[in-house]
Amino acid sequence: MLKQTEGSRGVAEAVALCRPEVICAYPISPQTHIVEALGEAVKSGALAPCEFINVESEFAAMSVAIGASAAGARAYTATASQGLLYMVEAMFNASGLGLPIVMTVANRAIGAPINIWNDHSDSMSQRDCGWIQLFAENNQEALDLHIQAFRLGEELSLPVMVCMDGFILTHATERLDLPTAEQVDAYLPPYEPRQVLDPKDPVSIGAMVGPEAFTEVRYLAHAKQMQALELIPQHAAEFLQIFGRDSGGLVRTYRTQDAETIVVALGSVLGTIKDTVDEMREQGHKIGVLGIVSFRPFPLAEVRRILRHATRVVVLEKSLAVGIGGIVSANVRMALSGVHLHGYTVIAGLGGRPITRKSLHKLFREAERDELQQLTFLDLDWDIVHRELEREKQKRRSGPIAENILRDVGTVAARAV
Amino acid sequence: MAFQPIKFYQTGTFTVGNRLLEADQRSVQANTQRTNSLNSGHRACQGCGEALGARYAIDAAMNATHNQLIAANATGCLEVFSTPYPETSWQIPWIHSLFGNTAAVATGIAAALKVKGRHDVRVIAQGGDGGTTDIGFGCLSGLFERNDDVLFICYDNEAYMNTGVQRSSATPPAARTATTMPVGPEPGNVFGQGKNLPRIAIAHGIPYVATATVAELRDLEAKVRRAMEIRGARYIHIFVPCPLGWGHEAHDTIRISRLAKETGLFPVFEAEHGEVTSVSRIRRKLPVADYLRPQKRFAHLFGEPARLDIIARIQAVADRNIRRFGLLEEEVH
Amino acid sequence: MFQIRLHGRGGQGVVTGAEMLSIAAFVQGRHAQAFPSFGSERTGAPVVAFCRIDDKEIRLREPIMEPDALIIQDPTLLLQVDVFRGLKPREGYILINTTRSFDEIGIGEYVSGFRPERLCTVPATELALKHVGRAVPNAGLLGGFAAVTGLVSLDSVAAAIRDRFSGKVAAGNVAAATAAYEIVSQEMKEAAAHA
Repeated sequence: MLKQTEGSRGVAEAVALCRPEVICAYPISPQTHIVEALGEAVKSGALAPCEFINVESEFAAMSVAIGASAAGARAYTATASQGLLYMVEAMFNASGLGLPIVMTVANRAIGAPINIWNDHSDSMSQRDCGWIQLFAENNQEALDLHIQAFRLGEELSLPVMVCMDGFILTHATERLDLPTAEQVDAYLPPYEPRQVLDPKDPVSIGAMVGPEAFTEVRYLAHAKQMQALELIPQHAAEFLQIFGRDSGGLVRTYRTQDAETIVVALGSVLGTIKDTVDEMREQGHKIGVLGIVSFRPFPLAEVRRILRHATRVVVLEKSLAVGIGGIVSANVRMALSGVHLHGYTVIAGLGGRPITRKSLHKLFREAERDELQQLTFLDLDWDIVHRELEREKQKRRSGPIAENILRDVGTVAARAV
Repeated sequence: MAFQPIKFYQTGTFTVGNRLLEADQRSVQANTQRTNSLNSGHRACQGCGEALGARYAIDAAMNATHNQLIAANATGCLEVFSTPYPETSWQIPWIHSLFGNTAAVATGIAAALKVKGRHDVRVIAQGGDGGTTDIGFGCLSGLFERNDDVLFICYDNEAYMNTGVQRSSATPPAARTATTMPVGPEPGNVFGQGKNLPRIAIAHGIPYVATATVAELRDLEAKVRRAMEIRGARYIHIFVPCPLGWGHEAHDTIRISRLAKETGLFPVFEAEHGEVTSVSRIRRKLPVADYLRPQKRFAHLFGEPARLDIIARIQAVADRNIRRFGLLEEEVH
Repeated sequence: MFQIRLHGRGGQGVVTGAEMLSIAAFVQGRHAQAFPSFGSERTGAPVVAFCRIDDKEIRLREPIMEPDALIIQDPTLLLQVDVFRGLKPREGYILINTTRSFDEIGIGEYVSGFRPERLCTVPATELALKHVGRAVPNAGLLGGFAAVTGLVSLDSVAAAIRDRFSGKVAAGNVAAATAAYEIVSQEMKEAAAHA
């Protein structure tokens, strides 16, 4: 059924159709609308049987999900930013124990300085914690990926994180095709756990493992996640059959066929990039786009297959590995090992900085001329940077950087844009 | 469920369960059908109070629930000594997740059971004092205020024993630990710090709170049984000496426990919905020095010269407990 | 693609206004995208929301920097915020919630370069107080927007209001939107007669 609705509400409806049995909620922007809608669905009886638990922290949210999943319930939660970091210990635990929890991450920057706006720093910080990570390009895909996430996670007995850009997607109202309960039931079988806490067949979950077998346990975690590389395209194909929509998969290409320049990105910025690429194509530029849906496991072979014939690759990412540069680009470079082409890392959209077609046009043209630096910060205001560096040179107690910069910029109550 | 047949050669003692009593009055441990939830062969130290307390508590809970029990366990001695790879001592469904999240994991298990209609299966969470009063406190308080249907048991040995005896917020004043050394003018742990979890639990107004020691195991069993009769958040705080960390003889675990209660340093009581409903009275009040002296963690109080001033401050702590809980008052009939 | 930027203050239903506008377009079978300015603004603070309408899927995720239309829910913002920034010169639409004229609120000169039939004042707060009982001017402005632009119909606006609200609140807002639609339509007729 087509409906014009907010991304968060759409995701909540999709999650509800997946019949989660335990939902843990702790408020953090911008994921709040999702769990609010689910809480209402549980309270009204529309989503039953389901326990909705208002926990006291994100650490507890993930821990309650761990307990629920280990006791055989389909468990779901959502978080963002600092909240994700607050549950990090439990994140590793959930994947280490092999519990197929599904969690939405409404991508948001990480402080300090505190910033509630969108980038990918939060989920990127958890790229190696053993969770599968799927990135949605638009709200339809966010909704669809949640349905696929329960299926994938439960088949592999691994937790899955569905990443959708905070505010840009979560708070955007657009046309969504909401599936029916029959479709979801046909696609997603009931949760059959591999291990369950049951007095009929008592097991110990979470026992200590020493050097004798720890490497083997970790290898199995890796091998299990790598199985997702085969399952994800299969699940996307089955999804297409039942829902009539091409959603998910490992990667998505756009006008890459004869492209000399290929832009690699994740999430909602792909839309703006595609619009820019269309405009450039009209002007004869040979440019295309590679969107990565599955960041973990990382589809090395697919990425290599698509990029290897390009002349240059621009990885545009909403995260920064301080001290080296790109995170996505490091992974892309691994995929291109031995392939000779120009590779550029562009850090963009940090802390909600809009990524505009205007900036992208300029950037991609510079890339085509191979005039880009290896590492570029899109739309960086050098003036602000230099003033702060100068201040720090001038005196020892130069003060908090964030406050200094706000003073430089001028505390504008609001700007039109 | 694997049952291990047990033969008893000892009768009439409190520790084994008083087999001279009528069957229904006997300790769960006296029953040949006891479940051995924490089975023998684990790696706890000699005289471990925690192992003893856990065995009695969990078997009593199993007995009270007709063996329909799931346990969540915090990181710590109990977890480490019971599940060394590739073995486990647990004869019940058991999960260890992290140090600080045991209460939340138990909440999740309880939620899963509720949603699946398994009202017969009950949930226990357990941890040491670190996993309860320090790192696990946030999740535990959350469990309490939501009144989740979980019995949380704290085995309190008053320090981080698993990591080598460091101070916790349950470490008593003046006690030597690896991070509160008996040096300087105020040796050992400082006065005026720490938290009293049983009283904090009472302040949450939860249906049931109790304290117990491994000196009175029948009392412990009765409290676990009582706890399992109730739905909602319940808390039992068990005083479990650690011969290694406290520096007492392994065979003194029971005696030290009894002294803690008889000096008034560890009040034994029950509370329901925020009100104290019963206290175990002191039979013969003993000075705190009797309790402190056998433990090396307090040895610096008995050197040359003895720190009578510090002992007096500890005595004041005990006397305050006695007044607060009426531990010496005659029972009113 | 038609792009609308809505300006108002926290508590005036600016974000909801953008959402309802997108729903009205959706009801007419069009693609629409509504999104807020993603701030943590509290009640009374300046708020911006956006709406795009197109006949094909909208992929663009940048803020609207060159709007085709402006909906200004609070004229006091004119003193505080550069609301006109990026507005398409001459061709742009401007709707302002006020009982006064463009001259009276001090922007007569600025708007003189715009096509007069694309300029519109709506007494949306008064209509809201009358029909809804609260000073939430968004529904009235959407009614005015329907009248001025013809981009969405009054029926679609009413459907969008009923999608977002129910019962008395929905009925009151529909009444406010309808009244605004009629007032603006009448104004435009008069303006056309003068022209």
